[in-house]
Amino acid sequence: MFRRLPEIETAAEAVAFTIDGRPANARAGDSVAAALLANGITACRNTPVSGAARGPYCMMGVCFDCLVTIDGTGNRQGCQVRVAPGMAVETQNGKREVER
Amino acid sequence: MSAPKFDFDIAVVGSGPAGLAAAALAASKGASVVLLDEQAEPGGQIYRAVTETPVRDRKVLGPDYWHGAELLGPLRDSGAAHWPGATVWSVARPREDGPDGERSIQIGLSRNGAAAMLIVRHVILATGALERPFPIPGWTLPGVLGAGAAQVLLKTSGLVPSGATVMAGSGPLLWLLAWQYLQAGARIDAILDTTPKQNWRAALPLLPGFLRSPYLAKGMKLMLEVRRKLTVIGNVTALRADGDGALKSVTYTRNGTEHRLPADTLLLHHGVVPNLNLANATGCAQRWDEQQRCWRPTTDAWGATSVEGVSLAGDGAGIGGARAAEEAGRLAALDALHRLGRIGREQRDQLAAPHRAALDRALTGRAFLDTLYTPAEAFRAPADDTIVCRCEEITAGAVREAVRLGCSGPNQAKSFLRCGMGPCQGRLCGPTVTEVIAAERGVSPAEVGYYRLRPPVKPITLAELAALPKTDADIDAVFKH
Repeated sequence: MFRRLPEIETAAEAVAFTIDGRPANARAGDSVAAALLANGITACRNTPVSGAARGPYCMMGVCFDCLVTIDGTGNRQGCQVRVAPGMAVETQNGKREVER
Repeated sequence: MSAPKFDFDIAVVGSGPAGLAAAALAASKGASVVLLDEQAEPGGQIYRAVTETPVRDRKVLGPDYWHGAELLGPLRDSGAAHWPGATVWSVARPREDGPDGERSIQIGLSRNGAAAMLIVRHVILATGALERPFPIPGWTLPGVLGAGAAQVLLKTSGLVPSGATVMAGSGPLLWLLAWQYLQAGARIDAILDTTPKQNWRAALPLLPGFLRSPYLAKGMKLMLEVRRKLTVIGNVTALRADGDGALKSVTYTRNGTEHRLPADTLLLHHGVVPNLNLANATGCAQRWDEQQRCWRPTTDAWGATSVEGVSLAGDGAGIGGARAAEEAGRLAALDALHRLGRIGREQRDQLAAPHRAALDRALTGRAFLDTLYTPAEAFRAPADDTIVCRCEEITAGAVREAVRLGCSGPNQAKSFLRCGMGPCQGRLCGPTVTEVIAAERGVSPAEVGYYRLRPPVKPITLAELAALPKTDADIDAVFKH
């Protein structure tokens, strides 16, 4: 679980987006992975191999454990994409689907 | 058949301290330079988000972090092009040679969901470091992150752990993060120090060198403050993360007794190793560094690699820290300018002298740190039930079994197990797989070798590749035969 430092919470410029269809807020400048953690989501996908839950591990584009579907495109690295107003983020079940 | 036009004299890959310094210096001497970086903002990981971090209280991240901002002005003034959000996935010689038979290098990159090729005369790879894998049972559970990841969350978003928080491992970054959390008022329940007792004995003869290190005063201050204010549990020899779908607790062994701590967040750290995937896939020779226990690309004193026209600067060539990286970046830039005929040898050497002296100063005492913070063998080659390859979920036990069946090295482990074949392309299992196979075979890691990597160095979609602009030669290759 992560929380925002107090002085940042008050100064935050809010960005409205959705996680699996539910409305959520992030701060401008957050990566999608950071925005998920700030909203209490520690697991953002499960693996194609065993189905185990995974969440962001490296936050710098190395580990691929923060893969999510963003605006309909699967296998996006959540830590490498900035959250944008109206963005639809979906947690990812297994491997990327063929059509997205 | 049209010969390719050069887009830039020099491409610098990575905008950490090495890349920022290299690009600024090369461009200030009149070369056309492009600085390519995967992140949205310059700074690399050490100076991550330095231009726009929401953490405005300067004492939280500390003065060394804010030094990064000083590298940005010279970059802007130099006129170098800076392309953030650009993922470089290949560096190669193109099929056609440059105009007048000049050496040319082709860079494959993706930006905003589209791929492109650049033709340049010289490449400086400044790909930096990544955290050494710290495989323990349960390290794949959500709630377990690298200490570096936690630091990125702090720098970019002002996020700190909120529930029960345990830090575990060894090395300067662990202490720095703990200190930054103290400044920020974040919660840390315990620090589990895994530095092996015997490392102190091995490091002691190297202490005189470290006493002259510019990092000594800072390091002592950090450690004393952290030890005074937080629970630090030393001599931790085994570690496990438990939970069902998410982290619930951390179990550790100290002096032969097992203990358990409730935890919502576990931050792991075992030092950093060079991020050498791009250099490796480009064909740069590399060697096993016994002191740093990692593979590092082979370079000369200027960062030149075994591949003509490709240089390395910073932690990607061997771990030396941010200040060393900055100076190494300037040396690589000067050598590149010399190789491109922009400055003579004498001028290069003369301009390099202060940077070489500063590099030597920055590296003073490194051997002490490397020796003191060498992870214990039990963490470098973990127990059988530990996942080593996170992408394909391959355990250390499976790797050992493959060795018993005749698997001799990491490349064979790919075909035996798919180990290292996932999207991270061995970044998070390479060092461990090398160590596990070496220990099981009873030979040195140098003999076991490392993954032989191939471009694309990061996964790109077929749609991106298919949409690449085609040269006449590309079209001829398909239709003329």
